[in-house]
Formats: sequence, structure tokens, C-alpha cells
Amino acid sequence: MSLRILEPGPLALVEDLGRPGRADIGVSSSGALDRAALRLGNRLVGNDEGCAALEILLGGFSARFENDAWFAVTGASGALLLDGLAVDAHLPVRAPAGSVLRIGAADTGVRFYLAIRGGIDVTVVLGSRSSDVLAGLGPAPLRADDVLPVGAHPANRVGLVDFVPVDHPASGTVSVAAHPGPRADWFTESALSVFFEHEWAVSPESNRVGTRLDPVREPAHLAGREPGAVPLLERAVVDELPSEMMVAGSVQVSPDGRPTVLLADHPVTGGYPVIAVVADASLDLFAQLRPGQHVAFRHASAHDSRAAG
Amino acid sequence: MTAARRILPAGDRALLVELPHLDDVLALYDALDGARPVGVVDLVPASRTIGVTVDPAVLPLSVADSWLANTEPAAPAVAADQRAVELRVRYDGPDLADVGALLGLSPAEVVSLHTGSVWRVAFSGFAPGFGYLVTDHDRLVVPRRATPRASVPAGAVGLAGEFSGVYPRSSPGGWQLIGSTDAVLWDAADEAPALLSPGTVVRFVEVP
Repeated sequence: MSLRILEPGPLALVEDLGRPGRADIGVSSSGALDRAALRLGNRLVGNDEGCAALEILLGGFSARFENDAWFAVTGASGALLLDGLAVDAHLPVRAPAGSVLRIGAADTGVRFYLAIRGGIDVTVVLGSRSSDVLAGLGPAPLRADDVLPVGAHPANRVGLVDFVPVDHPASGTVSVAAHPGPRADWFTESALSVFFEHEWAVSPESNRVGTRLDPVREPAHLAGREPGAVPLLERAVVDELPSEMMVAGSVQVSPDGRPTVLLADHPVTGGYPVIAVVADASLDLFAQLRPGQHVAFRHASAHDSRAAG
Repeated sequence: MTAARRILPAGDRALLVELPHLDDVLALYDALDGARPVGVVDLVPASRTIGVTVDPAVLPLSVADSWLANTEPAAPAVAADQRAVELRVRYDGPDLADVGALLGLSPAEVVSLHTGSVWRVAFSGFAPGFGYLVTDHDRLVVPRRATPRASVPAGAVGLAGEFSGVYPRSSPGGWQLIGSTDAVLWDAADEAPALLSPGTVVRFVEVP
């Protein structure tokens, strides 16, 4: 069983649920950024939730099934064509041997997940098949003519479903729950209110290491003052911070006052102070944010934490 | 004696404990590492902090908090039975003479101090398998190079600040290079991929 990549698009990677538990030797968890989409895709084709699948950035992807296969596409939404015929996302689809799947440009969200019954069966490195783009672990980004082995069919059946209710990635301002960070007290009180009260725009420089955020200039009629006031995250403590553990969701603030939300391939330690930490239940949202899209942070409630469990 | 420690929040599945000195970190890390409750995912020492991440379904953060707050630091004697690694080093680094000049020592004296000291991995970082090694004196403390090198070869042995370290793979780097080793510091195909992990005791041995 195998899948031949014809066009990988801008970035197609193999990802599963990552390799947690090795931060002490400098290895981050890595794994699918949109964990819920990976899990759903795997469940639809009867795989264990943690099987490896493809994480496909922005679309423009095509691949040929070298054998009969079942697959499901989740995450971002966009046109899906199997041998030229439209097929549904979020459902198991049967692909005859030799058929070609094309994933068009993402309309909402940015990361598609292509799960195949049996799972992508590349070599396990440190307990995971995931590509970590920062540490350089796992398979390299996929290229045209790569042939990926697919594992044996699992015992579970393909899901017998006609329709799966799914929240498509939001296209407007996305509300994100965040907890105070370990170094919240290194910032002025006004920096903390700026962080939670202003909207932030996703920078095009974002990747699997982190989502960089730019301040959004407020329209003058809302700010009640001169137009173009740029919110800054001002430090109360300007000492150099000795490097300390970072987690996925840590919002570190660089010396220019801009926040970056660290994601799955983050460095395990860092020396920029962390003003806030995104609630685990909100972390998958960052997988699907488009450049320029706005983010509004809210204070995490007990409900946000329960959802994370 | 318990050094003042401060527990800092880090989201819904992590905490940091902050301590006054690296020595306090080493002693508390040894004690925590020796008694990890089920549900601890990561225990990450750094120079003034130890980070812990948990699976909150198994270990609630409140329980991890009291584990961090109430664990007594280990006595220094614990270090005696830790893993020990001997690294064979050719002291042929391009910065050996500069390091000697900075410290007012001859190159031979730098080598003899480096081989005569017992080092331990305080924490990892920078790259997978890169251990920050500390020893019990400050006679080899040197600044980083003013201009980092674009490429430092794997196995290069360096000094920076209070630390010594060995590059696990080729990368850019600003440490003062005093030697090189053929030891494999990182092998991702190995179940234990890092030769040096926090707590490992390291002795350097000079080879021609």
C-alpha cells in the first residue's frame, strides 16, 4: 500500500500526535498543529486517533493512490477532486487504485489533513512519525514523486456516517482563551490590558514554530484619540531573562513589544518573557489562522481548562 | 535547608518553579527527577527554573504545584551515583589560545583545568542533545565570541560564560572552541538519543 505525491503544494508534512516527554534533551513535542482535525480524520477511516497523516499547507496538492484505499480530508476547507469528481470533506471516501486526489486552494483555514486508512507508515523517530521543522526530526517536507508507505488496515471499520458536524475554521476575528504567563509581572499593567483588550493580526511570517502577531491600529473613532495609536507590550522589568521552559501556547514578547504564540515545533527553552499562555483547548485554532486574520485574547475561565482535560 | 522558591503559572498544563541559584536548581531537579509522580510529561531544568508539564487528566496542576513546593532538594552526595560519561577530546580548538589569553593561562593550563574538573549537565537547550555543563569553580568563565561562527562542526567542544558544551551537530555558534571529540552526542535512531541529559556527570580526557 502506498501513496505517490504528485504536487506537494507549498508545504506538506507527515504529522501524528507528536513525541511528548523529551523536552529535557531539547526535543519538542511537535505533531499535528490541528490535533482535533487529525483525530477526526483518523476516526473517519477507522484508524487509531494518533496515526500519522499528511498536514497540507494551503492546498495546491495532488497525490495518487497506488492501491485501493480509504481516505478522509479534514481541517481547512477547499475543493476536493478525486479523478476530477468532487468528493466530500469530513467523510470517509473510497479511492480505487490509480486514482488521483487533488486538494484545491484553502478557502477557510490553512491546513488540510489527509488521513488514509492504515496510517502513513514512515519510520518512527523517537516515538513519532512527525516532522519537526525546527529540530529537523522526522521525514523531510514531501516532494513530487515521494512514495509514502501506508500501514495495514486496522481492525476498526471505516466510519459509517453520512454527515459529520464540523466547525469550519473561522474567517473573522478568532477568540482565544489565555492564562496569565509566568512572566506577566515583567510587564506593565497597561501592557496586560493592551494584550487582552486589543486585537492582533497574524503575521505572514508565522509557521509551525510560532504564530507571530502584529498590533492592529485602531480606527480613531474607536480609540477616541489620534488615529494609528499602536499598542505596545511595555516591560516593567527590563533585565535579561535566563532561558526557561517554553510550552506550546506560550506567548513570548520580543524586545520590540510584539507577541509570538509558540506552537508544536517551538524551542524547548527561550529567553523572552512569557506574558500569557494560550489555553490548551484554544491551541488548535492557531493551526488554521490565515495571514492578516485577527485574534482577540480573552481570560481563560474554568470552562476553558476543563475542555483542555 | 530550603532555598526560597517561587512557583509560576504557565497555562493549564505547566508550571515553573524559580530558584535563586543554579546550584538550587541542580539539587531540586535531582530530587524531583528521583520521585516523578505519574502524569508528569516533562521536567525541564534551566539556569534559574525547573519547568514541569503534566497530563492534567492524570495529575492535576494543583497536585504538581504541591510536589514542586514541598519536595526537599537532594543532598549533593546524590551526584556520586549518577550516570558518568568520559569524553575523549583533542584540544585543537581555534579559540584555545584566545581563551588562555582571556584567563591569563597557557593553553596547557586551560586543558588541564578542563580535564581536571568534574562537569555535570545542568540543562539542555539550543539544539537536541546540547547539554550545558557546569563545574564547581569559576576559573574557566569566558565570554562568548564577539562574532558567532556561521558553522561549528559536530563534536566541537566549547566554553561560554560559566558553561562548557559539545555541539551535537553542525550549527551556527558563538562559543569559544577549545577542542573536538569523535563521541556521538546525538543519535535520533537510538532509544536514548542524547549522550548527555540533565544530571549526567562528564569528565573530559585529553587524547592526541
